[in-house]
Amino acid sequence: MKIHEYQAKQIFKKYGLPVPNDVLCHSVEEVEKVMAEKDGMVVIKAQVLVGGRGKAGGVKLAKTKQEAVEAARQILGMDIKGLTVEKVLVAEAVDIAKEFYVGLINDRNTKTVTLMASSEGGVEIEEVAKNTPELIHKFPIDPSTGLLDFQARNIGMQLFGDAKLARQAGVILQKLYKLFVETDSTIAEINPLVLTPDNKIWAIDGKMNFDDNALYRQPEVEAMREADEDELKEIDAKEKGLSYVKLDGNIGCMVNGAGLAMATMDMVKLYGGEPANFLDIGGSSSPQKVVDAMNILLSDKNVNAVMINIFGGITRCDDVARGLIEALKILKTDMPIVVRLSGTNAAEGLALLKETGLPTVETMSEAAQKAIELSKGQ
Amino acid sequence: MSILVNKDTKLLVQGITGRDGQFHAGRMKEYGTNIVAGTTPGKGGQEVHGIPVFDTVEEAVKETGANVSIIFVPAPFAADAILEASYAGVDLVVAISEGVPIQDMIRITPIIQRNGTKLIGPNCPGLITPDEALIGISPAMIFKKGNIGLISRSGTLTYEVVNMLTMNDMGQSTVVGIGGDPVAGLYYIDLLEMYENDPETEAVVLIGEIGGDAEEQAAEYIAKHMTKPVVSFIAGQTAPPGKRMGHAGAIISSGAGTAEEKIKAFAAADVPVAKEPSEIPGLLKEKLAKAKA
Repeated sequence: MKIHEYQAKQIFKKYGLPVPNDVLCHSVEEVEKVMAEKDGMVVIKAQVLVGGRGKAGGVKLAKTKQEAVEAARQILGMDIKGLTVEKVLVAEAVDIAKEFYVGLINDRNTKTVTLMASSEGGVEIEEVAKNTPELIHKFPIDPSTGLLDFQARNIGMQLFGDAKLARQAGVILQKLYKLFVETDSTIAEINPLVLTPDNKIWAIDGKMNFDDNALYRQPEVEAMREADEDELKEIDAKEKGLSYVKLDGNIGCMVNGAGLAMATMDMVKLYGGEPANFLDIGGSSSPQKVVDAMNILLSDKNVNAVMINIFGGITRCDDVARGLIEALKILKTDMPIVVRLSGTNAAEGLALLKETGLPTVETMSEAAQKAIELSKGQ
Repeated sequence: MSILVNKDTKLLVQGITGRDGQFHAGRMKEYGTNIVAGTTPGKGGQEVHGIPVFDTVEEAVKETGANVSIIFVPAPFAADAILEASYAGVDLVVAISEGVPIQDMIRITPIIQRNGTKLIGPNCPGLITPDEALIGISPAMIFKKGNIGLISRSGTLTYEVVNMLTMNDMGQSTVVGIGGDPVAGLYYIDLLEMYENDPETEAVVLIGEIGGDAEEQAAEYIAKHMTKPVVSFIAGQTAPPGKRMGHAGAIISSGAGTAEEKIKAFAAADVPVAKEPSEIPGLLKEKLAKAKA
């Protein structure tokens, strides 16, 4: 789960990280009101859940009140990668002497929370990682001790090269680690971490993602969720025991198991089609799940053919067939559908499907080819 | 021979009185797996499918000599269950539970390493040595005893591939589902090493998917250390970046973990990558014929 910058900064502030004062605004009028009481420079920052907003013109420095209001007028309502900007953060600007990068992730290889730090902050850190990986330092953190004082200080020293600043930075790194672990985060990033000419360190941007599997014990994080339409569909699917991700193609896919679902999308593509979605109906099968899954597939207006690919293990093919028959009765759709059932109770499932007259095939390759034919009205 | 489990394995089922635990204990026993005990706190003294139930893993191990444990407890309690088995001295823990928080796995990893416990999973279908031991939730009828080892991050995709192998009369030595989570137990390299050392395994199928760089590392290991042929398949070639595809591990983040990179790494290690699962038996036959020539 992703949250906005302003929300990440709320968490930062709660844990005592140095964040410049800011106010969230939803309209130009609100920005005017905020600016009436402010002196000095501010930064107006679009709050959208995609990266690259700076390049898209969604972040503007304003030296005066008029500039701030004008910047807000330009940014609010702006389209950034298909998302409309509905909120801006008005943040007090700080003087920048140098920009740094610090971030925490869960590293698969070391199986630890790993701190990444670089004195090349501010820019796209992915670019730094790709072109000059030696400029990013990585520190795996032992979960039994956390980030120790001397470790945090040493990393601070590597970044800032000054004992006093190293101590200041060390405290920030330890707080960042604490909030990362305590909120079940998957990314906690400060980019840039800024050093001012008078030797103060500030977190002037913040990015946090969270482990979906741990949201059950993070009610405060869950309450920060702001989903767009596609995500709402995905959340709705999750509540029904389905895992759904919308894509841009026209062939709806219903599959059991994440790996097989990905492979099914790949097959569609391999034979020249475009998958409309990833949809995993999960392990244990109930006919109701198939009805829910069909509902989701048919609600995507781009879908003009559906491919059902089931390899029964725990999932029983006859249950899937029953669900499909039920779904067809309720939904009364004339959507072309091809079905592939294999594994547990496949014969029973196929026998049930005879009454529907739906085309059935034996392998997933055949299913993909048939679905593509159907989508072309053949 | 085989790897990790065989007919001498003494299996313990943690969470045996729950819905899933009870169901799969029955299926595993029916297959011929030597299940010696089950545990559920507070249900000690009961029996499930004739299997004695204990309150604690420690007690179960002491009474029955169980050396492998399979875990069916709900995700919030899975890490604790793994630790309980580890402290009781079980050699191998297989965690089926889906949805375990990543921080839980990070916290317990150094502890089970210190205790010398091997872990498979979480969020995995388990493993099987055909005709000897089914330790997991796979549909038993598709497997056949033989000489192909198989490692996979995915469940049903494994069934798909195993089914193709069996239909082509290519039986399996041991099939291991390592699970789709980002932080998990035994991984490709650990298992490749075991297959390399297992006299019964002649070739290995490695089923990967997008996310992380475990496949790239495996490719490097194969090039350096494997004498046996390896064939691969990568799922998620069409998945868009930044979208999590069901498995918590299957996500392409900032350009890393793409199928393209993995296929390139395998090509460099002389590991053919099947375009679709149905190509795998043919690729294996070619590789085996070449190895024998």
